Parts: sequence; C-alpha cells; structure tokens
Amino acid sequence: MTATVPNSIGAAQAGSPPKDRGGAARVVAGGLDLGQTASAAGLEAIVGGIDPRLLAAQAAPAAPGSMSIQNVSCYYGAHLAVADVALEIPGRAVTAFIGPSGCGKSTLLRAINRMHEVIPGARATGSIKLDGVDLYERGIDPVSVRSKVGMVFQKPNPFPAMSIKDNVLAGLIIRGARPRGSAADELVERCLNRAHLWEEVKDRLKKSGDSLSGGQQQRLCIARAIAVQPDVVLMDEPCSALDPISTLAIEELMRDLARDYTVVVVTHNMAQANRISDITAFFSLASAGQPGRLVESGLTADIFSAPKVAATRDYIDGRFG
Amino acid sequence: MKGAAIAVALVLVGVLVFLAVNGSPAFTAGEGELPAHAKNFLALAAPLAFGSLWVAVIALALAALPAVGVALAATIYAPAPRFGRFLGAVLDLLAAVPSVVFGLWGLMVLAPVMVPLYEWLHAHAGWLPFFSGEPSVTGRTVLTAGMVVAVMILPIMAAMCRESFALTPPALIEAAYALGATRWEMTRAAVLPVARSGIVAGGMLGLGRALGETMAVAMVLSATPDLISLNVISSENPSTIAAFIASTFPESTGSAVSALIGLGLVLFAISLVVSIAGRRIAKKGAAR
Repeated sequence: MTATVPNSIGAAQAGSPPKDRGGAARVVAGGLDLGQTASAAGLEAIVGGIDPRLLAAQAAPAAPGSMSIQNVSCYYGAHLAVADVALEIPGRAVTAFIGPSGCGKSTLLRAINRMHEVIPGARATGSIKLDGVDLYERGIDPVSVRSKVGMVFQKPNPFPAMSIKDNVLAGLIIRGARPRGSAADELVERCLNRAHLWEEVKDRLKKSGDSLSGGQQQRLCIARAIAVQPDVVLMDEPCSALDPISTLAIEELMRDLARDYTVVVVTHNMAQANRISDITAFFSLASAGQPGRLVESGLTADIFSAPKVAATRDYIDGRFG
Repeated sequence: MKGAAIAVALVLVGVLVFLAVNGSPAFTAGEGELPAHAKNFLALAAPLAFGSLWVAVIALALAALPAVGVALAATIYAPAPRFGRFLGAVLDLLAAVPSVVFGLWGLMVLAPVMVPLYEWLHAHAGWLPFFSGEPSVTGRTVLTAGMVVAVMILPIMAAMCRESFALTPPALIEAAYALGATRWEMTRAAVLPVARSGIVAGGMLGLGRALGETMAVAMVLSATPDLISLNVISSENPSTIAAFIASTFPESTGSAVSALIGLGLVLFAISLVVSIAGRRIAKKGAAR
C-alpha cells in the first residue's frame, strides 16, 4: 500500500478541532495508486461482505471512493452512542442509513468525515477506510479528511454574507485559494450544473445565497460541497426541511451524483431510501439510552423485500415502537 | 416598564437642561473669564474635544485586537467550556477595578516602564508625526493614557465580541468545517462575518467609555490644555474634556464653573453622537 505514512511534527491529534493545515499528512485517496494487490483486496472485501449481485450493479468492482467501516464506535464523552459498526460502502453508489431516531445513524455519518469530533468531548474509535486509507490513522489531519469527504446538512446552510457564486467557491475561498476570472466562472458553472441549479440562478450569481428557496439553497450547498472535489458526499437528512417538489429534485440529483461520487445519505423517509439507494443499512437501538447498532445491511432491493432480521421488517412496515 | 422609561428620559432631559442653562454664559464669555487663559469658549473647547477623541481613538485602536482575541479564546478557541467561563470571570474582575486604581497603576508603573519604548520609537520612527519631537522623560503621555484607557475598555469590548461570537449559527460553523476549513479559516468564514456588527457595536461602546474616562487620564496625563498635537510621546500633551473638568473644577469660581459645565455639554454631545452611531451600525448588521 502506498498510503501516506504520517511523519510530520505538525500532524493534528485526533479528537480535537483542526488547528492548522500546515505540515499535517493529507489523505490522498483519490489520487492513490491502487496496486494489483489493493484492488484484489478491495474486490475480496466486497465479495465477502456484500451480495455478489452488487458486482453486476457496479461498473467496476472496486469503484473509487469505496469505504470500509470497521469496529467503529462513537462516543459523546462517556456516553456510547454507536457501538461496533462494520459496514462496506461501495464507491460511486448511493448508500442509505435508515433507522429510528437516536439509533446513531447521523452520528456514524458524521464520524465518516470526522465532523463528529468537532463537538467537544465527542470521539470515535475503530477504522474508517477510504480507498484503503484509514481516515482515523494517527497523524491524519481531520481537515484533509473533510476536503475528501464532503457533507450536506439537514438544514440548508449557505453562508449568508456570501453571494451565490462565492458560496459555490466557499471551500476554496476559505483556504485562501479563491480562483479568479474564467477559472472561477467555469468552476461555478460546472458545479451548479452538476447540482441541477445553474439554469435557475445563472442570472443572479451576485445575489446572496439567502435569496434562494430552501430547495435551491440545498442544491447550492451540494454545489459547494462538490466544488472542492471530494470523493464522497455525505448527506444528513438532506430533504427533511424541504417540500415534496424540492425533495424530488434532490433525490434525482443524488442518483446523478452517484455517477461521480460515493453518496451516503441518512434519511427518515423509507420510500426515499427505497427509491434512491443501492445499499441500505438499518440501524436500531434496544431502548432509549442504549447505544445504536447496525442491525443489517445489504442491497436495498433485498432489505426492502426480504429483510433477514425481524426488527428490520417491523421498521420498514411501520410497525416499529 | 413605561414609567421607568419616562423616568430615564426625564433624567436625561434634566441633565441636558442643567448643562445648557448653567453652561450657556460661557459660550459668550470673553478673555479673562475662562480657565486656561482661553480667548473664547471655542478656543477652550476645541483642543480639549480633540484630546478626548484622540485618547479615545488610541485606546480603541489598542484594545480592538486584544478584545477580539480574548473573545475568540473564550468561545471558539476555548479548550473547554470551563476555560471560557474562567476568562469571562477574569474580564469581569478587570471591569470591577476602580478607575483611580488604574490611574495609580498608569502613573506609577506603566509610565516609567514606557519611557525606553518612547525613546526607541522616537529614534526609529521619529519621521512619523506621532513620534516626532523630544520624548517625555516621565512617560506621562497621551500614549500612556491611551494604554491605560485601553485596559479599562477591554472588558466591555471583549464581552460584546464574546456575545456575538457565541451567537454564530452552529450550522455555519459546521458548513465551514465540512468544507475542510481549519479552525481559523472557519472563524474567518463563519464567525467574523456574522459577528461584524457586534464587534463594531462593542467598539462604539468602548469608545463611549473612553471618551468619558476621567480619573485615570487626569492622573496619568501631564497636560497642556490649549494644545492640539498628534504627538503621542511628548511631554506636552493635549488634555481631555473629562480630565480637564476634574482637575480644574476645585479651583474654579463664577464664569469658570459655567465654562466647565459648557465643556460637559460638549462631551455629552460627542458621546451621544458616538453611541447613536454605534446603535445604528449594530442594528444595520442585525437586520441583514
């Protein structure tokens, strides 16, 4: 494996908000040279972990941007919120996390790009690999993880003081790499097009992002997330604050995004999970206060038609609690 | 509620009437009737108004960055909530120190310590109008007074900043982090733009306080009341309205007293303008 071996003094410690971007080891998963052995290992992981029919569904067996979650537990202080999750997330596909409130699906999602640890006292253990690189390895800077694994939140959160255009470029502006002139225009158009928003906003790019509708704002946030060229886009109930029409637009967009990005979405909407996802992971908890656990995961078609665990069936049929 | 509001308004009007009625004889007074050998009221008031603004602006300039820094340390950069509370308590204590104590400290501790710095500034940056001319040997200069006042207005400014930083929508903090921002980059993208009006309002409040600061300035500054000078390290310094009133009042009678009251009216007007401007800016920011 040619993964970067962290050796710099400036490497950020896990469990703290990012301090500095200088010197810390970067995740280079996207551009990583996956040798033969690595590909074979990835293939094995998928064949071993997931229904082989997935192989047919995927263009390439080890599509770039695939993730492997192993033994992951998430804590808030001493409270164990998610216990011991193991899950393979195929690249360039949509994976849906479903389950009742408090089952830890959002917490796990936030652990994937290390947003979890921004909350004081929050931490995660275990390993989450992106294309074979462990994002939780010592010396991996959470800042670089987040530029490879983007996130879209429940409530659209464009920067109110920025124009629509600057919102798209925000990830670059923030780190002092604002593109100028035609390079900026091209990037903005490409990302807004990719987010199915270009036609609606192309005449008012200078306006504030606040002037858009909720659904448009959410698509602006998606454009902003993909402008920094992540491998993975995490979405935390991206439609729960939106009306049905806007929801449909986002769902369509998620399917489309999965051609170029690995999409992981947390949703409370069963029908949505069924419509848009390739893989579904069902989380649950024994009772309030107990840690959430992964109950079962697999091809969405199987989870919805023939779940192996009774709890999954009850939840999907609406007989839960 | 309503009664209290009316009472406050009445007190304000009462003060204004008192200042206007008792100060008005001074507006027309001629040479010999005014303190500091002034020819007329304007000649008396202008240098002092300049001095007040000059010391206040210096104090504001010195306190602004530390105030923002301390507020950031207490909120965004606090390693634990307890640290933020501790810093807040320290600032509250600082705000509770009496003005006279700051004056004594400025006079006896800070002023002598600053003398070598002033000599250095004169030697290396003497081409700037602020540092030209012979530096003071006692250190009791406009800059020293500005420093003392800066320490005094730091708590209120930091508190205002802290309040507005704490109000940053968590969604924006998350948005910035999720784009791969470091903590400082997040602060610049999410915290500071939203808090801008709060920072400005804090600055205006600090400026208002600095304008009215009396004892510390009167004690520290070795003043020449009829002087207008940008030099901040000289032994010849403009005085401020508040300090001038405090130091001149005990030996004043008749028309000199009304001149001092007239000066009070001038200071009142300046403070009013500053606080109205601050309110405007804060409101404008909040409406956005």
